[in-house]
Amino acid sequence: MASLVLPLLMMGVATGCAEEYPQSSISPHTDFAEIIHSLYVSIFWWSMLILAVVWVLLAWVIVKYRRKSEDEKPRQIRGHLGLEIGWTIGPALIVIAIAIPTIQAVFATQQPVADDAMTVEVTGHQFWWEFHYPEQGVTTANELWLPVDQPVNLRLESNDVIHSFWVPKLGGKRDLNPVPAVREGQDPKYNWLYFTPRETGVFMGQCAEFCGQSHALMAMRVVVETEEGFQDWIDRWFASEGADFPGDPEPEEPELQMPGMDPDDEPDETQVAAEDEDPLVALGRETFLNSTCIACHGVEGTAAQGVIAPNLTLFGARKTLGAGIMENNQENLVRWIIDPQGIKAAVAMPGTEYPGGNWPATGLSDEEVEAVAAYLLSLK
Amino acid sequence: MSSVGTAAPEQQDTSHGEETGLWSWITTVDHKRIAIMYFVTATFFFFVAGVKALAIRVQLMFPEQTLITPEVYNQFFTMHGTTMIFLVAMPMAVAFFNYVVPLQIGARDVAFPRLNALSYWVFLFGGLYLNSSFLFGAAPHASWVGYATLTMPEFSPGQNTNFWLIGLSILGIASIAGGVNFITTIINMRAPGMKLMRMPLFTWMTFVTSFLLITAIPVIGVALIYLGFDRLFGTVFFQPGGGGDPVLWQHLFWIFGHPEVYILILPAFGVISDVIPTFSKKPLFGYPIVVYAGLLIGFIGWGVWSHHMFTVGLGPIADSFFVAATMIIAIPTGVKIFNWIATMWGGSLKFTTAMLFSVGLVAVFTVGGLSGIMHASAPVNLQQHDSYFVVAHFHYVIVGGAMMGLWAGLYYWFPKVRGRFLDETLGKWHFWTTMIGFNLTFFPMHFAGLFGMPRRIYTYSAELNVDIYNQLSTVGAFIFGASAVIMVWNLVKSWRSGEKAPANPWGAPHLEWSIPSPPHHYNFPAIPEVRSREPLWNDGEREEILAKTMHEPDSEPVMPNPSYWPILLAASITLIWALVMTGIWWVIALAILPVIYCVFKWGMEPAFPEGH
Repeated sequence: MASLVLPLLMMGVATGCAEEYPQSSISPHTDFAEIIHSLYVSIFWWSMLILAVVWVLLAWVIVKYRRKSEDEKPRQIRGHLGLEIGWTIGPALIVIAIAIPTIQAVFATQQPVADDAMTVEVTGHQFWWEFHYPEQGVTTANELWLPVDQPVNLRLESNDVIHSFWVPKLGGKRDLNPVPAVREGQDPKYNWLYFTPRETGVFMGQCAEFCGQSHALMAMRVVVETEEGFQDWIDRWFASEGADFPGDPEPEEPELQMPGMDPDDEPDETQVAAEDEDPLVALGRETFLNSTCIACHGVEGTAAQGVIAPNLTLFGARKTLGAGIMENNQENLVRWIIDPQGIKAAVAMPGTEYPGGNWPATGLSDEEVEAVAAYLLSLK
Repeated sequence: MSSVGTAAPEQQDTSHGEETGLWSWITTVDHKRIAIMYFVTATFFFFVAGVKALAIRVQLMFPEQTLITPEVYNQFFTMHGTTMIFLVAMPMAVAFFNYVVPLQIGARDVAFPRLNALSYWVFLFGGLYLNSSFLFGAAPHASWVGYATLTMPEFSPGQNTNFWLIGLSILGIASIAGGVNFITTIINMRAPGMKLMRMPLFTWMTFVTSFLLITAIPVIGVALIYLGFDRLFGTVFFQPGGGGDPVLWQHLFWIFGHPEVYILILPAFGVISDVIPTFSKKPLFGYPIVVYAGLLIGFIGWGVWSHHMFTVGLGPIADSFFVAATMIIAIPTGVKIFNWIATMWGGSLKFTTAMLFSVGLVAVFTVGGLSGIMHASAPVNLQQHDSYFVVAHFHYVIVGGAMMGLWAGLYYWFPKVRGRFLDETLGKWHFWTTMIGFNLTFFPMHFAGLFGMPRRIYTYSAELNVDIYNQLSTVGAFIFGASAVIMVWNLVKSWRSGEKAPANPWGAPHLEWSIPSPPHHYNFPAIPEVRSREPLWNDGEREEILAKTMHEPDSEPVMPNPSYWPILLAASITLIWALVMTGIWWVIALAILPVIYCVFKWGMEPAFPEGH
């Protein structure tokens, strides 16, 4: 069997050497992922044992009992009760040896949630992730920030089709189902993922349930920060824009810019740029807040309070763009604002020259796009 | 196609079989001709789906390629899977059921010859209908599992998903009719003395598979009808906004879908349970255990469907139940593998191409079985589910298991069908290019999956660092593709000018080898009597049987009439289903008229020649 080298290769895989693979499922960084991984390793070795037995026996009979002459008359054996019982009980014992820790792990990974766990509500959309922190009042998209060593309980649901949350180094995947409507008094059924990150770092993940045209481009990053780093991120979320504005920190209920309305109708006089601000950023802010962008997108502390598209607060702090598919920089962002559907098929966002979803083309000029991009990247 | 009708030109009579020409094929009710049509059609679809696989592999050879648009990619992988399952693996097994089962049990045809023809034509028209979606640029695109809510009209507008659900509904009719036919045939038409526990394993596994067909296919039928109503008539079975539940689709689909896996694999197990003893010169080791293992697999196969749904969030109790059931099913499967090895142990092994494919199945199917145990473990499954690891797994099961078994059967029974051998040199090329190409394609996918590559993605990030595994897979896929070309070349060449084969070229023990190659259209001049499991291996019994099977009868047995009503009824069934796409109830209602007319004329037509 030429393929005998293959299990040797697999042994290498089972025993680590996975750091150059950022989305590796065999490089655990949470308690949840560790339970899965140790189970996987034990089943892997049982499997190798069985495979070795079958292949060695097979190789033996192939070599030993090859026909040498057409006159051979092998002894006609019809069976052997002891052997049959043996190779029923043997595999059955191995199966039990696998099933018991498996079922223990099933319960260990779906255990009741600790009191101090932090809840994050994860909502899947075609083709991006929404993360809402109900305790902190923070909403963000495509980059989930978590504090290290803090149990986190993700509440998973979908806004459209089924998605699946999979960040392999943080553990197994679980589906984001559209939650069926329920009668009054009944609880809607959500899915949950519960784990405790053990190390800081940035972890890659992506949607694992086929969800339509750009399923391949529905990625995400999970940023596991120190306790202080996480708190700082929360603070900055509230401060990024709002702090620049005098007066009421709670923005008034905004009037939605509906498509078709002249965006120049309502320049928001209350929003005054800081004195030392880059004029391009100032122009970008003005353009953004007077465009149809804010019908869907929100930026904390501004008139932009759209909720159906990714929240852009602290956008400049994000590492990636378009749901984890490219580096977040001025050049890529300009490309994205001009032609989102050229980069990612079937996204609902309109381009500068074509509509998207139910929304008309934004009609932004190249200069305006540059300015809006500069503004968004300034939100850190 | 008509050239293959010249198998036995000396026969000219009015009963089924021996006429030549296109019309004789269209109206045939001979199980052997229907089998050939099944095989040729399934092989055609094998190439149709294989070309899509190659396109997929080219697109995935490098990260972030844009050779194929996401929409076309989604259509390709959806139709690759749908075609390979419903139009290749299943009908190819049915081709063997058709050819071999009546011969193995000593029958002159199946129980319902015209129904058998209907099954074929419905399968053909359903397959053509499904693939005609490409002509409209509306091929199905929501994957072969068609999960709600992606199949709901707001996420899948247009006719793409309608083609899928209607096409599968049509094909289901063929499968259920076939299942009924083979159950009836095997129960009622066995030769005297052919007790159940004397039946060859291939017939046994056909029997089990037929029960799975008539029980599993209706479940997907129900699911597809719900889906059709949701899409065309505004019901909310799977619409969460209306209180429906998308997870219901998954349950229905996999209650069908897991028995379906055994529908695919059990026929292959049956084939190699006949081939391995023949080329080992030894009876099957532990015959009753192998039979019971097959029955157990068939039964337990009904209780494991949610192992496809461990990520759905069913809770720890349900997860544990399906873990246990799935692990239990591994035991009878393992028992079969040990019994095949024990059959070879102490034997006299001759490595014909048929035997190579059988031994190859045991070697590579085991890999697929073991990766199956890995994701039977629900927590591990949470990492592997919907990754390329699973893609590797089920290709090891379906290609390394089902298809290798059927190719073993092809080399084994071809001499019976044609009276000529398939070329053994080309056969060995076919086998080794299959082994190399198949393993090179699918083994690296384990790594791609472990390193985080999800399935059903039209491209992947360079950051994942899985390029090398994808490149190996792509190279392997082309070698595998070449192996299929070698197979067809061998078929064409050997059909025309292969070495002549005698009645029992392999020294095999079962009844199909007691009659001439190719058989008379009536199979058995006189029905033989059977006294053991290997009737042709017992000297006295063999002589008695051959005395009945190897002579020209004084008067030809009366066989059923040919009929064109099966093809017309199949066409009208396809038409009414196709019209469901319109969503206009009175159009659909009117289309019932040709169906009724065909059924009526079918019923009035004498099944046998006048006077019988």
